[in-house]
Amino acid sequence: MAQKKFVVGCFDEEKVLFPAVKQVRTAGYKIKDVYTPFPVHGLDHALGMRETSLHTAGFIYGITGTTTAISCITWIFTKDWPLNIGGKPHFALPAWIPIIFELTVLFAAVGMVMTFMWLCQMAPGVKKHHFHKRATDDLFVMVIECTEKTNADDLKALLASIGAVETDIQVAEEDWWFGTYDKENEILYKQVSH
Amino acid sequence: MHLKYESQLREPLVYGNKTYAQVTEDIVRPIEAKPSRLWYIGFYIAVALLSFGAYSVYREVTYGIGQWNLNKTIGWGWDITNFVWWVGIGHAGTLISAVLLLFRQGWRTGVNRAAEAMTIFAVMCAGQFPIFHMGRVWLAFFVMPYPNSRGPLWVNFNSPLLWDVFAISTYFTVSLLFWYSGLLPDFATVRDRAKTALRKKLYGIASFGWSGSTKHWQRHESLSLILAGLSTPLVLSVHTIVSFDFATSVIPGWHTTIFPPYFVAGAIFSGFAMVQTLLLIVRKVFGLTDYITIGHIDLMNKVIVLTGSIVGIAYLTELFMGWYSQNKYEGYTFWYSRAYLFSPYGWSYWGMMACNVISPQIFWSRKMRRNVFVTFFMSIIVNIGMWFERFVIIVTSLYRDYLPSSWSVYYSPSIWEIGFYLGTFGLFFTCFFLFAKYFPVIAVAEIKYVLKRSGESYKPAFEEIEAQPFEAFVHEHAHTH
Repeated sequence: MAQKKFVVGCFDEEKVLFPAVKQVRTAGYKIKDVYTPFPVHGLDHALGMRETSLHTAGFIYGITGTTTAISCITWIFTKDWPLNIGGKPHFALPAWIPIIFELTVLFAAVGMVMTFMWLCQMAPGVKKHHFHKRATDDLFVMVIECTEKTNADDLKALLASIGAVETDIQVAEEDWWFGTYDKENEILYKQVSH
Repeated sequence: MHLKYESQLREPLVYGNKTYAQVTEDIVRPIEAKPSRLWYIGFYIAVALLSFGAYSVYREVTYGIGQWNLNKTIGWGWDITNFVWWVGIGHAGTLISAVLLLFRQGWRTGVNRAAEAMTIFAVMCAGQFPIFHMGRVWLAFFVMPYPNSRGPLWVNFNSPLLWDVFAISTYFTVSLLFWYSGLLPDFATVRDRAKTALRKKLYGIASFGWSGSTKHWQRHESLSLILAGLSTPLVLSVHTIVSFDFATSVIPGWHTTIFPPYFVAGAIFSGFAMVQTLLLIVRKVFGLTDYITIGHIDLMNKVIVLTGSIVGIAYLTELFMGWYSQNKYEGYTFWYSRAYLFSPYGWSYWGMMACNVISPQIFWSRKMRRNVFVTFFMSIIVNIGMWFERFVIIVTSLYRDYLPSSWSVYYSPSIWEIGFYLGTFGLFFTCFFLFAKYFPVIAVAEIKYVLKRSGESYKPAFEEIEAQPFEAFVHEHAHTH
């Protein structure tokens, strides 16, 4: 459980947000994240994030599905218990294509969703500190981590000057935890100044 | 001087000059309000139908398939008709969510959440029929290929009936995953607005801790795109596999290669009609006409007239081949059992033709496509027609096939068979009413994504940009991603 200090700046327009991100980054601050109500096009590049490799994982899961299906059915119908079904050959690959395809898709989809949950640290009952209630409503919430060298009030002023509609300083739990929101929010979140 | 062209084709996707906060308010408010009297009435009717269905199923499981008047040679009657009907309906939801995403059609955002929910519930209803038509339902796990102590005895991988097991299970799982992963950000929106501790807890659990982090959105977009890319061939393959249940047989009227495209087009046709039925009610009751606009209704009706025409062409092709092949069994099935109005089931064939081929042609007219009452009436007619299509295919080919001494007496459903079907309506509407009350019926985050580019506020915002001097425009808007 690591409590850290964060400066929070809330923006309400994309055209104000993007120049603000650029300015904060060139000023040398480390943006922890920007919490948005919907995926903002180009924001991940503006923040310097690397592309996700989730699709590669999906492909690998899919290939696993294909191989599982082909090898299992082949072993069952050519080695373990071959049957004479309407005189068709034991290795009837055309007949197995539907199942091979379905299993490919199933493994890829289930695998990708589980990987997505794992990477984003999401599961039923997982709690995280939410910096602003309206991050899922209509505000773009920029959160900057404070090191020892950061002057939080200067940073707050900078954010206000580049267009933030609300600024805040919060000391909060950085990681995720299990529990209930209302109870533990009291313990884990302190508002330091407005 | 600016050269400007304003397209007449594209309408705003969202009316009313909404802000992001208003979008949230409009869509989430019905969830937070108490259910209306209409909701209770509809919900209780659905539960009543579901109960009658449960009793009908109890009758069938206890006393056997004979309770459904099924006998030689009509081994499949209403049961498989209903199965194919429900699966077909489910396909529209996936098409709207997945295929329209791949085609970059922004208008899908108003309708995809409800349509995808419809898919999940329709596939749940569809799955009841193959399970209960087995007779010995308690041995249903026999279809699963797992190492067992009976040999080990394996399933027949060459059989379309087994391909169906894999296809429907995969389709249900993938649709559920796609729908739910889209719901995570919207549940977070409801969670953050929750006024009571219970709601916050429940929607908090449902949202899996979604925070709106940009990195998470990046992964979410990648996930949605890949799931859409997977779901699209899945839709096509699932209904193709369902059509193989018939096409891989040998009886006339079933053994035809036209079935895969014919079934898929028919599924999209009936699915979109059901989406229209549901959305026309939802948009009115929840006051969401700014989001599910008349433009959306118009576009969906275009899909209906297109797929209805494809289905019509397929019917005519089958009729033609029944004659052209000079195969007397095919000729008899199509030209006597089906197309001859006074044969025992001729009435069902012509009902099907009237509902599926003739009536949707009304949607060539723009005025009719944009008329809510016509659309609602037509959507019911199309669904009835598509039910008859599956009925015609199954029963007319089964009751008289090759050997006249085996021809059956006239088949009609028993009360338990009808009860089972009504029970699935009960299941569907119970789930849908619960969905409409407790889940956001429109994808909130996706609407916000298209709001500024495709909402009504786009034009005034663009006029501001146009008023700038040329150099300022270039400086601000030249993309340097």
